[in-house]
Amino acid sequence: MAKNKQKNLRKKRAIVGYLYILPFIIGFISFMAVPLLESFRMSFSNVIISTGNKGFVLENIGFRNFIRAFTEDPEFNRMMTEEISRMAINVPAVLIVSFIMALLLNQKFKGRGLVRAVFFLPVILSSGVLVGLEFNNSMLDGMKSYIQENSNVVDITASLQEILSNSGMSSRFLETVYEVLNSVYEVVLSSGIQIIIFLSGLQSIPKSMYEAAKIEGCSAWESFWKITLPMVSSVILVNVIYTIIDFFMRTDSEVMEKIRTNMIRLDYGFSSAMAWVYFLAVIVIIAVFSAITSRWVYYYE
Amino acid sequence: MNKRIRDKWKLAIYRNKQSGGYLLKKTITSKIYSFLRAALLFGVCFLIIQPLLNKVSMSFMLEKDLYDPTIIVVPRNFTTENYKLVSYLIDYWKSLRNSLIFSVIISVLQVASATVVGYGFARFNFPLKKFWFACVILVILVPPQTILSSLYLNFRFFDIFGIVEFFTGQTINLLKSPLPYMFMSLTSMGLKGGLYIFLIRQYYRGVPKELEEAAYVDGCGNFATFIRIMLPDAKPIITSCFLFAFVWQWTDSFFSTMFLGDISLLSRKLTAISQLLGDYLNGIGGGVRASIAYGQMMISTGMIMAIIPLLLIYIVSQRAFVESLSQTGIKM
Repeated sequence: MAKNKQKNLRKKRAIVGYLYILPFIIGFISFMAVPLLESFRMSFSNVIISTGNKGFVLENIGFRNFIRAFTEDPEFNRMMTEEISRMAINVPAVLIVSFIMALLLNQKFKGRGLVRAVFFLPVILSSGVLVGLEFNNSMLDGMKSYIQENSNVVDITASLQEILSNSGMSSRFLETVYEVLNSVYEVVLSSGIQIIIFLSGLQSIPKSMYEAAKIEGCSAWESFWKITLPMVSSVILVNVIYTIIDFFMRTDSEVMEKIRTNMIRLDYGFSSAMAWVYFLAVIVIIAVFSAITSRWVYYYE
Repeated sequence: MNKRIRDKWKLAIYRNKQSGGYLLKKTITSKIYSFLRAALLFGVCFLIIQPLLNKVSMSFMLEKDLYDPTIIVVPRNFTTENYKLVSYLIDYWKSLRNSLIFSVIISVLQVASATVVGYGFARFNFPLKKFWFACVILVILVPPQTILSSLYLNFRFFDIFGIVEFFTGQTINLLKSPLPYMFMSLTSMGLKGGLYIFLIRQYYRGVPKELEEAAYVDGCGNFATFIRIMLPDAKPIITSCFLFAFVWQWTDSFFSTMFLGDISLLSRKLTAISQLLGDYLNGIGGGVRASIAYGQMMISTGMIMAIIPLLLIYIVSQRAFVESLSQTGIKM
């Protein structure tokens, strides 16, 4: 009798639970699962728009869209490889920078509140259209060179570069240095949320651990490797995944842009094929990265 | 006075000697460290703020100031003409009102649904729970482009099992109305909807179960417990999710260009600003084209105008943005 009652209660809880996530289920099925399947079908077919039956007709053409994307389209391969190689540099850079910043912001110093406020400003500044406008600055560069041609002002950056190139270091090395320096802004701008996530991880480490380590004669360097890093490792996993997703979903990504322009040209089959390739690439990359990271994630509880 | 300082020094030197030079070394390293830290932090802060300040100063300049190499920050010919022109071009007050209303509605819907769903995931056990949560992760992972073409066509030729077409002989074009997007947000499929579910679920997992059990014992029903106990408890995470949703919605042009038809929003006007400027100049002067620099100046001005409301919100609620998110204990 009692067992039966418990079973009933569990059933009731299950039903209530389903009621809570019902909005998600409805949304998922109608706005995610169905369109996902449909776009999968579209990627294997030629979409013909007609005002008649249901608006559009799918004509099965096998892998032709994919073949077109990889072999015929002049840009797609290049864009994909560029995007992925940029990710391979950008994601570790963002993670390391945001981790160091979080470590610094977790310490006590004067004006910490202000500094924190500034550091999270990129959450606003790097969202949506603002990024696209920010980085679309080839116009500004043109203007700069115009000004330089018409005046005798010395640009500090240019003269610094000249001094460095006369100093006997190899030009290849210097070029990499310039590239890194130029992307610092981009990296800082896209690490706002990551800093918050790292900070939350750092704050959850009990202070007593550090005290115990100190009494045992542990230096700050050692306690960083032995306490801080293992304790935030699960947060690092979250951050790795978030950074990768964030990188691939940003609106000014070249591939995204290409998919969208093809869609506006009503080339739905081709653009779905490209979108699927992109999506699968993202999934594979995330799987690889999280497999690597989760190997050394340490769970305290 | 002088003697006291001398005594202090004497004491310090004495103590240093006693510690075998350790004290001096420690003070020096900590001083150097905090100086380096301050320099680094200042540098990064400057890096973040400088472009913003640059835009502000640019927006008050006349065009000829841009070509003058002696002018870097402070405009020589101070003018508010740019603001007037931009506000005319993008129809500022109307777009601002639209953006405000729209972002508030969408983010309220998003956060409301994410709260309910996140609570369901955190607190109830039901069959297939793992599967549905995997679906949440899938929602976060799928690039919106993947499903966009299908969604677009479905909304363009909207129909429920052919019923509408049977009666009216036509499908409905839903793309001109904000309804489908609102419905998407209500079912947490809007912009970054999965992320909010994830965050709120993480928060609720950290809330002690005893709180709810006490409420049950006192005779509170499921939904009453949720509304009276759990909702007020999650106020910090809900506020920060709301703020994020608001900001992202405000600056989003992707979903809004696809689904919102002709509603004038700031984010969309902003991307079109150089074109609007060209049209405007064509309209008044016939054949005069805006120079690149001038267009850039307009874009900067427009950006400043678009993010001023966001900055105000940020300044007021900075704490909610940062602190509450770090309370959630985001872990895998």
